[in-house]
This record gives sequence, C-alpha cells and structure tokens, in this order.
Amino acid sequence: MHELSVTSSIFEIVEKHAVNNHAKRVVAVNLEIGALSDLKNEWIQRYFDLLSAGTIAQGARLMITRVPAVFRCNQCQQLFEITSFITEELVCRQCPSEDVVMISGKEYHIKDMEAEI
Amino acid sequence: MNREIKLINIKEEILSENKGLADKIRERFEKKKVFYLNIMGSPGSGKTSLIMKTIEALGGRYRMAVIEADIDSLVDSEKVAALGVSTVQIHTGGFCHVDANMVEKAIESLPIDELDLVILENVGNLVCPAESDTGAFKNVAILSVPEGDDKPLKYPLMFSLADVLVINKLDYLHMSDFSTQRVMKRVKALNGGIHFFPLSCETSDGLAPWISWLEHEISSIRA
Ligand SMILES: Nc1nc2c(ncn2[C@@H]2O[C@H](COP(=O)(O)OP(=O)(O)OP(=O)(O)O)[C@@H](O)[C@H]2O)c(=O)[nH]1
Ligand SMILES: [Mg+2]
Ligand SMILES: [Zn+2]
Repeated sequence: MHELSVTSSIFEIVEKHAVNNHAKRVVAVNLEIGALSDLKNEWIQRYFDLLSAGTIAQGARLMITRVPAVFRCNQCQQLFEITSFITEELVCRQCPSEDVVMISGKEYHIKDMEAEI
Repeated sequence: MNREIKLINIKEEILSENKGLADKIRERFEKKKVFYLNIMGSPGSGKTSLIMKTIEALGGRYRMAVIEADIDSLVDSEKVAALGVSTVQIHTGGFCHVDANMVEKAIESLPIDELDLVILENVGNLVCPAESDTGAFKNVAILSVPEGDDKPLKYPLMFSLADVLVINKLDYLHMSDFSTQRVMKRVKALNGGIHFFPLSCETSDGLAPWISWLEHEISSIRA
C-alpha cells in the first residue's frame, strides 16, 4: 500500500520520457532510493506492473539502487555508513563524537531508463 | 526487425510533482499569513488528543481550522468540531497518507482569509506520510511512550524529516522502560535541528513549551 503513490509518480515520469523520446517500449528503469525509505522494492515493481499494463512501459524492470545512509562527523569530518539503525550506534567511527549529520540516504530519484526506439 | 535500445537520461526527483504542488500551497498560506502545521504519528499516538489540547490551550486567541484525514471515518473530525473549530474531512480512500493534491482540494472549503492557524491530522502511519510533502510550514511527528523508544530506529525517515518531535503519554513513563533521553539522542543524530516536546495530553504536563513554540511560529508567519 505505502508504495502506491511513489510508484505512480515513477510511472508518470517514465511514460512522459518514453513518449517524448518516441520510444516503442521501456525495457528498464534505473532508480536511486535512499536507504531510509521503508518502501519495498518488490512492491514498487508489483504496483508498477499494475499501472503500466497495456502501456509502453509494460514489462519494464525497475532496477533500484539503494543510496547508503552516510553520516559525517562534525568534529573530525570522518564519513561513515550506517547499515542498520537498530544494531549500530550513531556515533563517529573515528573520534567517537555523537555530533554527526546525515548526508545521504533520503533520495527518491529516477536516473535513466533503457528503451527500444 | 532489429530494434535499437537506447539509454534515456531522466534525472528527475520522483516526488517533484507533489513537491511543486506543496510549494504552491505553502506560498498561498504564506501570502494569507496563515500558519499551517502537519501532524503525523502512529495510530493512537495522540494526534487528535494533541490537537484538542492545543485548541483548548490557545483558548480562542487564534482563528483556526483542522483538516482531518482518515482512511474512512468521521470520528476525529466530530471530536474536533465539538470544540467549535471548523473542520474539513479528507477521505484518503484507503490511501495511507495525505498528499498535496488532497490538501489542495480540502482547503477550497476553508475560509483561509479568516484564519490564523490550520492543523492537518495526517493518517496514522509512520512509513509514508514523511515522504509526501503536504505543503505545511512545519511537520510534527508524535511518538507515544507505549509504542516503545525503538521507533526512531525502525522508522528513521519520519524522525529525520520532522521539525518537531512530540513525545506523548509521558504519564505512562513510570510503567515502562521507555527512555526519553535515548529517543532524543537518537533523533538528534538523525536530525540536528529538531525540537523536542515531551508531554502528556492526559495530564497536560509539558504542554506549555509546545504551545509557546506554536505561538511563536504563528507570530513569525504574521510578521
Ligand atoms: N494516558 C494517556 N492517554 C492518552 C494520551 N494522549 C492520548 N491518549 C489516549 O490515547 C488514545 C488515542 O489517542 P488519539 O488522540 O485518538 O490518537 P490518534 O493519534 O489521533 O489516533 P488515530 O487518529 O486513530 O491514528 C485515546 O484513548 C486517548 O485518550 C496521554 O498523554 N496519556
Ligand atoms: Mg486521530
Ligand atoms: Zn569524528
């Protein structure tokens, strides 16, 4: 359910670019989604399949790259990645300050797509 | 026939259309000098209770309206309307959050020229309201003590995007291992600029700092 609105935006953008480029068929779409998003890849694809049925985007594979949650330490500028908020402490791996800021992990971006022309 | 496969550059933000609409809504509220607040949190965390306490505490000093979003019921809007505040109901039709489009339709029936404050009660959900800009000036997340202090670990996006975290149901603290300090430390690391208001809608403890933050925001939009 949570994936539906994001997926319909993806579909609209894909369809727009397919039409603008006179594509015959969209083969694959490359997406970059931040690690903090709770949306599930599998459901994004399922909703996309539903929305795209009968359109030029039918059958397109969504290739989702998860952008890692990266933090920067404000004390020593060290960058570090958090792969699990549940098991890892949000402290600098080097100094170890707790004064850290998030610099990536919240993205919702469509990079490009492969289409038959 | 041989078909050519071509790579088409897109480079677009997936949520840009909603964001554009939300920006327009914000502009409109800004022009009218009406402060507009979005409240998010799990089902039962205390969104409606906080709104009702806030209406009481503001005691008619501001002209306000409440937008209630519910998957499919009128319960919350009836409660709020009983306090004499105008309410608009958004039926999200099973949708799990409010988007800018729904807000735009809802505010058509609001007398914006005659208001100082609009509060939106988003759908009870920690996953996706955070992703969808509603056009509000500030986003409030509510976390209540019985939900557990691990929620910021499980739903980091919501807590990383909110401007304010209300920690509600403090009256339950003594019967749980919930640590307000732990929550604040975690959330602060995700989101340095966030304001915390630990309070209880039941006892009204801690309500005053929340109300003065809100009044400050209302007056800065008017200035
Ligand atoms: N003990 C205690 N109970 C509270 C407090 N705040 C709210 N409640 C109770 O918690 C229940 C849920 O509160 P609501 O305000 O309806 O929660 P909500 O977030 O609006 O819930 P939904 O709209 O269903 O998502 C109600 O029974 C409230 O009376 C509090 O600070 N302490
Ligand atoms: Mg409610
Ligand atoms: Zn450091």
